[in-house]
Amino acid sequence: MYDMYRENILDHAKHMRNHGLLDPNDFDHEEHNPLCGDTLHLTLRLDADGIIREVGWEGSGCAISQASASMLGERLIGMSLADAKALNRQYVLDLIGFPLTMNRVKCALLSLKTLVVGAYGHEHWITIEDRDEA
Amino acid sequence: MTDPIFPYDIATVRADFPVLHQEHHPGTPLVFLDNAASSQKPAAVIDAMSTYYRQSHANVHRGIHKLSEEATAAYEGARKKVQRFIHAASPREIIFTRGTTESINLVAQTWGRATLGPGDVVLATVMEHHANIVPWQMLAQEKGFSLQYVPLLPDGTLNLEVYRRWLHELPVKLVTVMHGSNVLGTVNPVAHMARLAHEAGALILVDGAQSVPHMPVDVQALDCDFLAFSGHKMAAPTGVGVLYGKRALLEAMPPWMGGGDMISRVTLAGSTWNELPYKFEAGTPAIAEVIGLGVAVDYLSALGMENIHRQEQLITRYALERLSEIPGVTVYGQAEQRGAVAAFTVDGIHAHDVAQMLDADGIAVRAGHHCAMPLHDLLSLPATARASFYLYNTPAEVDALVTALYRAKQAFA
Repeated sequence: MYDMYRENILDHAKHMRNHGLLDPNDFDHEEHNPLCGDTLHLTLRLDADGIIREVGWEGSGCAISQASASMLGERLIGMSLADAKALNRQYVLDLIGFPLTMNRVKCALLSLKTLVVGAYGHEHWITIEDRDEA
Repeated sequence: MTDPIFPYDIATVRADFPVLHQEHHPGTPLVFLDNAASSQKPAAVIDAMSTYYRQSHANVHRGIHKLSEEATAAYEGARKKVQRFIHAASPREIIFTRGTTESINLVAQTWGRATLGPGDVVLATVMEHHANIVPWQMLAQEKGFSLQYVPLLPDGTLNLEVYRRWLHELPVKLVTVMHGSNVLGTVNPVAHMARLAHEAGALILVDGAQSVPHMPVDVQALDCDFLAFSGHKMAAPTGVGVLYGKRALLEAMPPWMGGGDMISRVTLAGSTWNELPYKFEAGTPAIAEVIGLGVAVDYLSALGMENIHRQEQLITRYALERLSEIPGVTVYGQAEQRGAVAAFTVDGIHAHDVAQMLDADGIAVRAGHHCAMPLHDLLSLPATARASFYLYNTPAEVDALVTALYRAKQAFA
């Protein structure tokens, strides 16, 4: 299934945007995927209005999970953390741009999970997962 | 009951169950009346498991490859089927276990172990199956709480007056009760019992082994905190069962078995737990059996649980009528709300001999204490014979049972 490794994925996986952690920062959270052990560490800097101005991340994992972090990170800049709360699974899957199999969806969503759990807690992430799966 | 109005065509349904179409002995057709112990399986369930092993077997939740994806989708699809079948709020509330016994042990060893101690009371009933007595006795020995049993009225229903009083007088933390009795047939008013339990600040666990296969069960309408049931009594394979639990309770419960799939992160220093339902599903699960359970749920849903219940009520009523006509035969349990079992004794013939003689006539019934020794002690009976029915049994099979019982009586006369 080489479709999965289209140019944009490989491009982001090879040339990761906003790679490297921010210190100091206003947001610092690390998550992992228990199925495969992929990890993602996300840091953010916000301005006085709560708008995300800088994104920095590091992680280890497959091309899908790392490209997803790179792609989502780009989109977060200029977005308020409050707006980020409203992001759903489909938003990230649309960034990836082609259908993923069930086990790989988890890889793509690690970036969103890290953002949401870090900002709003694990319960809120479960709510997003359950709502979108229903 | 020569021309019963059944909700569906039994002959068509019987055609779906390969095992029913055999001679028990040469020239003697099989009459299978041991369904409370384990039901037979439709071809669709057997084929689904075979197809899975022939075409898409791989481990679940782990692989990137196509077969693992297919296996995971089928396994998780079955969870959603079970969720809809018992009207749970979320698939996360459906834990796959090996069966009712393991489901009850899971609650005892996690919620019970974390919650119960000296001074607490767990309220069971005298009609419980051993699976809903022994796990609590084992834990009571260790944790020092007290286990009490709600008594029966003469008709085989629970003494709800005593139940209500004990809930008020005793520090009850948990009520654990069977929905349907596997001996008396009594269907206990668990929705009512749940309301009383909750008013007294107690939780309620319902053993649904003899109800979920036979009637519509809605966990949200019953408002039970836990529901345990087995696949093999509801047209699904052995080796798979379900624990339903309210999500907030399951979230707060520590895991039981440790291993793969139930973890979030493991280091040599310690581990954290995966989310529901995986927290309680350590190790490679019974994938084929879960898939089989999903197909069985489809099968039962297509017939309609209301229809199955109605059909079984007709057969059971007919069986009780016919059995009571036989001199010297005593049927136990006279509850108005009763399930598809008839436990009986024949004067002068031990239950094991009754079962043996019925077997000679092609009729499979169970004889013994049916894993309810305390109940049999209470009835002062060493053993009973039990005919139990499922969605495919016919009035003609009841007639065959009655004829064979007359023959057995004659032999012993």
